[in-house]
Amino acid sequence: MTRPLIAVLDYGIGNLSSAQKALVRSGADARLTRDPGLARDAAGVVLPGVGAFGACMDALRAAHLEDVVYESVASQRPFMGICVGMQMLFTSSVESPGVAGLDVIHGTVELIEGNVRRPQMQWNELHVENEDPLFAGLPKTPWVYFVHSYSAVPKDSLVVVATCEYGKNLTAVVRQENVVATQFHPEKSAKDGLQLLHNFVSSCS
Amino acid sequence: MEVARVIPCLDVTNGRVVKGVNFVDLRDAGDPVELAARYDQQGADELVFLDITASSDNRNTMIDVVERTAAEVFIPFTVGGGIRALEDARGILRAGADKVSVNTSAVERPQLINEIAAEFGVQCVVCAVDAKRTADGSGWEVFLHGGRTPTGKNALEWITEAVQRGAGEILLTSMDRDGTREGFDIELTRAVCDSVGVPVIASGGVGTLQHLVDGVVQGHASGVLAASIFHFGEHTIAEAKALMISQGVVIRPV
Repeated sequence: MTRPLIAVLDYGIGNLSSAQKALVRSGADARLTRDPGLARDAAGVVLPGVGAFGACMDALRAAHLEDVVYESVASQRPFMGICVGMQMLFTSSVESPGVAGLDVIHGTVELIEGNVRRPQMQWNELHVENEDPLFAGLPKTPWVYFVHSYSAVPKDSLVVVATCEYGKNLTAVVRQENVVATQFHPEKSAKDGLQLLHNFVSSCS
Repeated sequence: MEVARVIPCLDVTNGRVVKGVNFVDLRDAGDPVELAARYDQQGADELVFLDITASSDNRNTMIDVVERTAAEVFIPFTVGGGIRALEDARGILRAGADKVSVNTSAVERPQLINEIAAEFGVQCVVCAVDAKRTADGSGWEVFLHGGRTPTGKNALEWITEAVQRGAGEILLTSMDRDGTREGFDIELTRAVCDSVGVPVIASGGVGTLQHLVDGVVQGHASGVLAASIFHFGEHTIAEAKALMISQGVVIRPV
């Protein structure tokens, strides 16, 4: 099997190379890039993200990658957002009022409430609400690693394909046509995370 | 639900693990990357590398270790030791670490916590605190340099300040217990865990697997860190988790 080319969008913030390295381990020719041409040629596109919502959106726009995201999503090629990369796909976040998100998926990103420590910085069980090709070959309740203080609330709850329980049920995975996004870090979720990335890579070939 | 974490800690100097780690079939027991990969396979939830390299000339060696680890190990890892400036944190995080841990440098210049949190987010900043019970028993004092240097700072007050400045996690070591194998200082652990809203990792004194359970159940710790009981082959991560689960601790099974 040839290794599908996957563009991991590099807008110069934090640790983005972990996602690229885990995708390579999962069978992709994954490259960190800010080259729109390479993103156009890629079989799939990944938008990672760590840190604050506003800082990530600013950096994405400064790197001229916003249109690359819209083109990739519109092209119907597989597209994956990870952590803040997932949150950025939403309309806005209470973390950074006044900063527009990408609004690929309608909804907001809210502070995690309840009698729990913030950030949620731990492994947690995924509760699969709707079957998705992303979960192929995974245990019924996979364990994955979360690091976040904010959580996405989609307008259309049908896009939520998996949740985790932390104070209340939080959105863990969303799916909207060719766009899939995880609040947790599959690249840091050991065996189950690599399987999930492998499933994404397989959908890119 | 809150889920506990088991975290082995590796001391690294000049790119090599200090103190022989006693896994039977390792090709190179001194290679931090190979050990980290082994702990990943065993079911460790996270790893901490503590860089105890004395000379700043060898800082790039740690960057290399981090880069190689990030390509081989797919669980989160933290790097502490020698992070004195934002630039140091940037180098370690860009190389692939998930978090940096600051200790002495943050006590000396607390603004460092704000700086790293502002650029990388609070989830990247661990504040490591070495605390020792005061002579009159009224509280705990922050010590530096492996417990040799008193600061006069009250540990609970410093930890509260560190969290306000942007520390997303506290790595709390009891200097009274460190190396004793008598178990965590439960009173200290609980006092800290109950006074801050961020996760707290308990460290210092683990000699038995029961101590790990006690750190979570009695100390209210979010995670438990240990070195020797895992490194010297006395116990596996799986044994630790089995005991924790049997006593009602919620944790990712191996």
